[in-house]
Amino acid sequence: MATLRDIKRKIGAVKKTQSITRAMNMVAAAKLRSTQVKMEKFKSYSEKYKEIINRLTQLAPIEEEYPLLQVREEIKKVHLVVIGADRGLCGAFNSNLITRVERFITDLKSRGQEAILTIIGRKPRDYFRRRDVNIKAQYVGVVGKIDYIMARRIATDVLSSFISGETDEVYVFFTKFVSMVRQEPTVERFLPIKPEVPAEGEVSIEYIYEPAPKIILEELLPKSLNITLYSHILESEVAEHAARMRAMENATNNCKEMINTLTLLFNKTRQAAITKELMDIVGGAEALRAK
Amino acid sequence: MAKILLEVITPDRLLVREEVDMVVAVATEGEFGVLPGHAALLTLLEIGEARYKKDGHIEYMAIAGGIAEVFKDRMTILTEAAELGREIDIDRAKKAAERALERLRKKEGVDIARADAALRRAVTRIKVAEKAKGA
Repeated sequence: MATLRDIKRKIGAVKKTQSITRAMNMVAAAKLRSTQVKMEKFKSYSEKYKEIINRLTQLAPIEEEYPLLQVREEIKKVHLVVIGADRGLCGAFNSNLITRVERFITDLKSRGQEAILTIIGRKPRDYFRRRDVNIKAQYVGVVGKIDYIMARRIATDVLSSFISGETDEVYVFFTKFVSMVRQEPTVERFLPIKPEVPAEGEVSIEYIYEPAPKIILEELLPKSLNITLYSHILESEVAEHAARMRAMENATNNCKEMINTLTLLFNKTRQAAITKELMDIVGGAEALRAK
Repeated sequence: MAKILLEVITPDRLLVREEVDMVVAVATEGEFGVLPGHAALLTLLEIGEARYKKDGHIEYMAIAGGIAEVFKDRMTILTEAAELGREIDIDRAKKAAERALERLRKKEGVDIARADAALRRAVTRIKVAEKAKGA
């Protein structure tokens, strides 16, 4: 049976763990807020951008043969861009995402298509590095530090291998922030771009376009990829922090429960020891008197 | 007097949001000015200088290309990067220009279009910073 000192030591250890998990919970909460602020700022840019693209597609629907919209007849190589986390301790955040990607790769293989990966985040990188997959590019140790310029560089690389014919289709895997308690691994087609269906009604005001709408649109569409990728990266970051907050909250609660159980055990053991000592004393006294 | 509400938005911040008297920017077809009452306009912006006048004072900005929309006395500039003249670090811009020139000289294994754009951005920033100092 555990001695009093063992139990005491164990309680101390659990308490230390608890203060760490509690601190990590608070750090994640602070990071979550700052990422959300970043997201808000970016939204005013991306929403305006989308609004303009929408209006342009109303005026000048881009033809199907435009290379970024064209669905290729034969799809051999599929590019998967995986946005994960650098660090763990965030519940099933990474493993949910990885499972989703694995399932997708299995589907591709059964159709005889080849998967090419671009990975953001150390955790998914470590996983796929040990597997039989073709990793084209990896970005490790940067999650949380990715700014728009970097997202643009990643998107440009992805786009240029699509244009050169190295890849035929591109999908992005990221985790959607549904709510504080729900984050969903999600997949979205990145290239070819799904043409926006022009919104009905509100036939727009007479604009002067310089150059022609079609040319503006062809200039804006590739750039819209940067925006899409960057917003997915930000969303994944928010989801990661939310997942970590929850994981750390659970851990803190578990510590609390454990401390309660251990304290109970400690008290019981102490009581047992006192009772035993009393019995000894009483027994000894009885023995003496009996003489 | 009527004013224009100018907004300059980049992915990481709202650089300008002000009621101004006049805006001048560089479009693909050349420099253009916007006064209150301008017709609705949508245009692509080149890498270049933009300036606006407010209460007799002129403020200069370096714009790294993008889109400008004018609609009902509102002008929105969406750009991937923009700086106010007085924020620009001239020394850094000069160094960036030198680096870009260096790359252009090498020619081999260099993305010429990218280096050229970098050079134009740096030159614009130097120009704008100097103008802002003089103003």
